[in-house]
Order: sequence, then C-alpha cells, then structure tokens
Amino acid sequence: MKRFADLFTLIDQTTRTNPKVDALAAYFRDAPDEDKLWCIAIFTGRRPKRAVTTTRLREWAAERAGIPLWLFEESYPIVGDLAETIALILPPPAQRSDQSLSYWITYLREMAAMPEEGRKAAVLDAWDRLQATERFLFNKLITGGFRIGVSQKLMTRALSRASGREEPELAHRLMGDWSPDTISYHDLVEAEDAAADLSRPYPFYLAYALEQPPKDLGAPADWHAEWKWDGIRGQIVLRGGVHHVWSRGEELMTDRFPEFARLTDFIPDNTVLDGEILAWRDGPMGFNALQKRIGRKTVPAKLLKDAPVLLYAYDLLEWDGKDMRAQPFGDRRRILCDLVTPLSDTAPIRLSPEIPFDTWQTIETARLTAREESAEGVMLKRRDSPYLAGRKKGDWWKWKLDPLTVDAVLIYAQQGHGRRANLFTDFTFAVWKGNDLVPFTKAYSGLTDEEFRKITAWVRKNTLQRFGPVRQVRPEHVFEIAFEGIHESPRHKSGIALRFPRMARWRHDKPLAEANSLDDLHQLLDTYG
Amino acid sequence: MDPVLSFTDRGIYCAAGDFYIDPWRPVDRALITHGHADHARSGHGAYLATRAAAPVMRHRLGDIALDEIDFGERRMIGGAAVSFHPASHVPGSAQIRVEVGGQVWVASGDYKIENDGLSEPFEPVPCHHFITESTFGLPVFTWAPQADIAAQIDTWWADCQTSGRTPLLGAYALGKAQRLLTMLNPDRGPILTHGAVENTNEVLRAQGLTLPPTHRVTPDLAPKEYPGALVLATPSAFGTPWARRFGPVSTAFASGWMRLRGVRRRRAADRGFVISDHADWTGLLSAIKETGAENIYVTHGYTDIFTKYLNSAGYTAAVVSTEYEGEVVEETDT
Ligand SMILES: [Zn+2]
Ligand SMILES: [Zn+2]
Repeated sequence: MKRFADLFTLIDQTTRTNPKVDALAAYFRDAPDEDKLWCIAIFTGRRPKRAVTTTRLREWAAERAGIPLWLFEESYPIVGDLAETIALILPPPAQRSDQSLSYWITYLREMAAMPEEGRKAAVLDAWDRLQATERFLFNKLITGGFRIGVSQKLMTRALSRASGREEPELAHRLMGDWSPDTISYHDLVEAEDAAADLSRPYPFYLAYALEQPPKDLGAPADWHAEWKWDGIRGQIVLRGGVHHVWSRGEELMTDRFPEFARLTDFIPDNTVLDGEILAWRDGPMGFNALQKRIGRKTVPAKLLKDAPVLLYAYDLLEWDGKDMRAQPFGDRRRILCDLVTPLSDTAPIRLSPEIPFDTWQTIETARLTAREESAEGVMLKRRDSPYLAGRKKGDWWKWKLDPLTVDAVLIYAQQGHGRRANLFTDFTFAVWKGNDLVPFTKAYSGLTDEEFRKITAWVRKNTLQRFGPVRQVRPEHVFEIAFEGIHESPRHKSGIALRFPRMARWRHDKPLAEANSLDDLHQLLDTYG
Repeated sequence: MDPVLSFTDRGIYCAAGDFYIDPWRPVDRALITHGHADHARSGHGAYLATRAAAPVMRHRLGDIALDEIDFGERRMIGGAAVSFHPASHVPGSAQIRVEVGGQVWVASGDYKIENDGLSEPFEPVPCHHFITESTFGLPVFTWAPQADIAAQIDTWWADCQTSGRTPLLGAYALGKAQRLLTMLNPDRGPILTHGAVENTNEVLRAQGLTLPPTHRVTPDLAPKEYPGALVLATPSAFGTPWARRFGPVSTAFASGWMRLRGVRRRRAADRGFVISDHADWTGLLSAIKETGAENIYVTHGYTDIFTKYLNSAGYTAAVVSTEYEGEVVEETDT
C-alpha cells in the first residue's frame, strides 16, 4: 500500500501533467501486476464491492477517535470527504505494516462476508496498521469516488509509456465491462490478442465550445450543422446479437433504457452508433423529462410511458464490424442516413437532422431559434473530419445559446465544503413577490476568488440570523443568475426550478428594488419551460 | 458584580479599567495581544502592547501612541490589574490577564502550544474566565511536530535542486515567514526573500531575534547568482511578474489549512505544508484545561461547534462574535 500511497501523493500534490504521467508510468513499470491492474481499475472508477456502510464507518471512526458522533458529523462537511475526515481524526497507528494494494483489496473483500462484529474488528485493525495517506486510500476503497485528477488521457499516456502500446488502442482496451476479476493486467494491456469484448465502446469524441462567430472556420460548404441536443450523449454497441448502451462517462446504461433492446430488430449486428438519448414524444421533451429517467437503475412501467426515450443518431463508429472512425464524417453520415431514414416510426431511433445552410449568417440565425427546437444551440462538424478520441480542437464545435438570466437578491449564505471550507460560497437567491422576497434557487459557482472573499467578509458582518450552518443575511446585494433551463417544480417554494444556475455577475450597480420578480420568472417559464 | 470583561460591538471591554482588548473600532485605550492586522488596528487613542510586539506594531501602524509592557509585569489601569503572558503565536504575542476584585479573566488573542523556538513559549495562566480562539477547533486539525515539517520542507528543497526548479514557499510576512526561516536548513542553499517578508525580518532582527542570513529580492537581483536558492514570499506574490524572474518554480504554501486536501488542491500549489501559529484541536483543549477556568468564551474560528463540544465536556462555554479572522487561507497578513 505504501507504493500506491506514494503514487497517490505524487499525483495529488502537483497540478502539472508531466510529473503525474511520470509517477504513473513508473508505477506501471515497477509494481506487481496485480497491483497495476487494481490501480487502473481504481482510477477508472472500478472498486471492490462495498463491504461496510458509511454509517458504520462514521460510528467506528468517532468511537476510535474518542469524540461524540455529532462532532464527527459536523466535521465531515467542512472537510468535504468522508474517507479523508476519518483519516484525519483517527489517532496515529500503533502497528506497522507494508502490505500490497492487492492485499488490502483482498482484505476488504474477505471482510464483506464477515458478521458485523468481525468487520468492525477488521476495519479498526486496518486503521491501526496504516499510515495517514494509506488510511485515506483504504477508506476510499470502501466509500468509492477517487477523484484525483487522473483523466483517462493521463492514464493511457502513462500506460503507453510503460507498455509501448499506442494511446488510442489503450483507451479502447480500458473501456468496456472488465473488472480485475475477469482479466489480468497482461490481457488488459499487453496481450497481442485481447479477448474481443462485445460490449466495448469507442472513446467519445468531444466538441470544443465555439467562443467566436463561426465565420473564421472557413467555407460553409466544408461544414455540417445540426442541433445541439439537450439529452445524454450515448453510444449504442450492437454486437453478437445483443446491445449495450454507454454514457459519455463510460457508464453502462443498458438497463436504464430498455427501449433500445428493440434496436436489434432494426439495425444490423456489428454496428456502433453515437448519438443523443432524448425523452421523446412527437419531438424532444426537454431535459426535465429525461432527468426522471437518469436517476433510476430500473424503470417503472409508468415512467416508461410518461418519458419514453429514443436515440437521435449523429455518427456511425462501426459498420459491418469495421472501425469507421478514420473515414470522413460526411461518408459516415451518408451511411447512417441510409440506415436510419427508412426505418419505421416504431424504431427507437431517429437521424439527428441536418440544418442546411449556405452562409454563416443562416446558421447564426438558426442558432437563435434553438430553444424552440428544444436544443441548446448548434453543432458544427467538419465534413472531412475523422472521429477522434477525447476533446480535440478544430473539427467539432458546439455553439451554445447564451444562457437565460435573472437578477436576484442574496438572502442566505452557507460556508463551502472541502476546498472552500472557510469561504461563503453556497448562496440562496430570491426574487420579489409584491414586497416579499421569495427564495427560488441556490448557486455555488461563477464568482472569482476575490469576489468570494469579499462576499464572505460581508456575510460575516451582515448576518441577521443563523439556522445551523445557514446564515440569513441582510438583503442588499443583487446578482445576475445565469441558467440553462427553467421548469415547473412543486418541490420548490417558488414552484420553479432552474437548470445549471450560477452567478454570472455581481450587480453592484443594481439597487435592490430592480431585482426581478416571480412574475418575470413565470414569463420565462411560459416561454421556455 | 459586573463581569470583568464584556463583549461589545467595538471589542472586548473592561469597565473597571475603561479599556478595550484588540478592538476593531476606534477607541480611546486599546490593549493589543499581537501585531496581526485583525488584532492591532489603526485609529485608537492609546495603545499598550508587549515590548517585543511594539516594533512590529510601529512598523505596521506608524506613529501611534504606544506604551510598552514586559511579559509578567503587573500594572494597574483604573480598578483593573493587568498583565501580559506569552501566547507563542508570533514573537511578542501575548495573552492578557485582567483581575478585578479577585475575579481573573484571560483574553488569549491567538495562541499555539508548541514551542517554535522563536516566539516566547506559551504560558498557561490560571483564571476563572478564559477567552479562546477556535480557528482550528475541529478534531480533524492536529499538527505534526515542527521538526517533521522542517524535514518535509528540506526534502522538497532538495528535490527542487535536483529537478532544476526554484522552490517558492508562501507564508504570512509576519510570524509564519520568520518561523519557517528558522526551520530551513541554511546549508542547503541561499534563501531569497520577498520585500514584504524581509521588511518584517529587519524589524525582528533589530529587536534582537536571530534569523538565518537572507537576500532581499530587488529589481536588480539576478537569481542566477544564487543557484539552488529557496524563495520565501507572501502568497500574493505567486503567479505575478515578480515570481516569473525565477524561471520554472515549484510552489508551496505553509498553513494549517493545508491539512485539508480540498484546500490544498484549491490553492493549486505543488506542495502544502501543514504548519500553523494557531493551536490545533488537542492544543486548544489542553490550553483550556490548564487554565482551570470554568467559563469559556469562544471567538474566531469554528465557534459554534467548538462551543457545543466544550459544553458537552462540562464547561460553561459561549460563542462570542468578533471581527477577528484567524488564519485565512488567502494572502492577507493575519
Ligand atoms: Zn494572529
Ligand atoms: Zn486572530
């Protein structure tokens, strides 16, 4: 575990990419194969089955630290991470040990089968044998969520350096439905003929945001335009008579969207499609409808009826078993078009329509009508571009609509968690309803550090009342809140909920009375909801 | 009987002596625990501080009416007996003991327990009522011994020399920076200092404190002439044209907040050294216990949580709101 902890520390303490790649590559050269495999698994979001509930972990940690549980619970949001909170409050270890990463993973798995008393003893013993960072990692192995800045790109670059294989190939190998139990490091990374994996998707190609009008992109004829849909990016893999649905986050979503099982009736085997999953009834239903589907691993029949999904296909990555990614986009699109257009309406797939245009002016005008199409903007794709892996500049651009905005009054503030533990960063905003201020949204981001410091100092001096960690502040400051969508929500006091709200600007220039009203919000709801 | 000290919107007030301790609005007479900006503010009529704290205060606040007092010296102000006792926070920092009619109150300002070899070592002062800070009043904050941190910093400096980067270490100009100086290994290489740090160094050296040799970074200093040097600066200098002269750097911050991974990552430095001039959780609890006080008033920091804990541990504790700031993660000099 020490080697893994050292690796973690090296990666975690630097913001520069090269030292991270160096550290990972060295690990992939020197560590035992089993540990390497687990290292890849952990950094790509795979972890052993949870052996202990977090409730028990908190109780045992507080008990071992000799503090009341409430004090642990108060400390946790300030640290912002459960595994870290536990590692920080425990007394120093009394024993010494230097077992491997795989040893501790086996340890955790054996623990899962024990009665609770045994699990508690095992966890306490582990805490007493591990140093601070090792402890944090051990806890992370239980709780999950390793967010330490190892992107897939970083991982594949390091593996490439250690194994001599090409990065795109490694990216492809790391995707899909593998686990350290079903594969060895050799088979995953090094083997010449890795077992063909029917479910394995391709790395997604991601568009860059267009900041300037598109006329700098060159001749309009070289470009293809379509709507930027407001759904979930998905890849559907049809091989061996079965289908797999992947999210951009490389999460397998097949069971979440049973509608796509019928695709095998319409699309030939050995095809891989890229597109947008949308809730759809005679047209896209908006993200709010889809939201209900995202959170559920299994879907009740009613929801299937209320918010059915289909795929707006926009790219073809594999056709007749052949990797199509090196072909020009225009060619891929033509085959896709021939494949999807003749299908019956009952097929859970449509072609994402092309927006024809001759001049950039046409596309600029079209973009402004995106909300009416339930889209977020337009996509521009170079007709001769290959399908690349990851976010690459130049061939694919997303040109989003400007966000909607309202001016709102700051009324509650709460201290941030973790990285912003001592600043006020979590705010609740209100709009006018007659002479009252009605809270309607929270927002956490969008200000500069300097502004967060300023508002923090102000909040400290202008607190009217405290409710636990929340401070009610003097209504005095107006902020411009930007957001991507608005919809009705009975759960909210205002009856309204926003999508991706953030603070766009601190409106020092706006007097309180000029903040927007609830009526203004209802008008936005009528137009865009 | 009236309480010896009361909490007003100007600061901590002693009616018997008609003075304030560390007030944040202008008052006629102010007793100051130490020279950090949130405790020693400008605009008061008359100041009283320890002889060791005075030079820095004059440096920061200019021409003020400042009377000096020795540690342990007893002085009557009106009906109050007043004395100053080491708080080990920064050189010259004091806890202020106030006694009226047999009732003893101590306002401790900012303090730490560990002897850093530079500040006067912390002295527990028995009292009935104790005013404590709570900057790091959560059980997740515990500090490793200073020698461990010194070893970490030295290793980092050595790594930087191997990889050809200049180590750029950020810390407050008053207190933390000088403490770090005494922790550095002068045999490792030369030490360059930012002007804000070096100004304080000069003040402290002039009052007889021993610091290792340093070189002030001026516009005509050529970093090339100091191979293998470490640069000590205020964090506000990071990423500025001032810092660019050193070529590729490895940045580090030294602060108690570096204990939290989230804060470390937010500061986006290459290293975070966990070291503070404020007491950690165990330090706060042991300091409070040693005073023998039953009544505890909790100021700046995690006041609500720390107070709740003290009450559950048998003290009579209350939150006092002040405008002290504790150890801010950002660059201001507190
Ligand atoms: Zn201070
Ligand atoms: Zn303070």
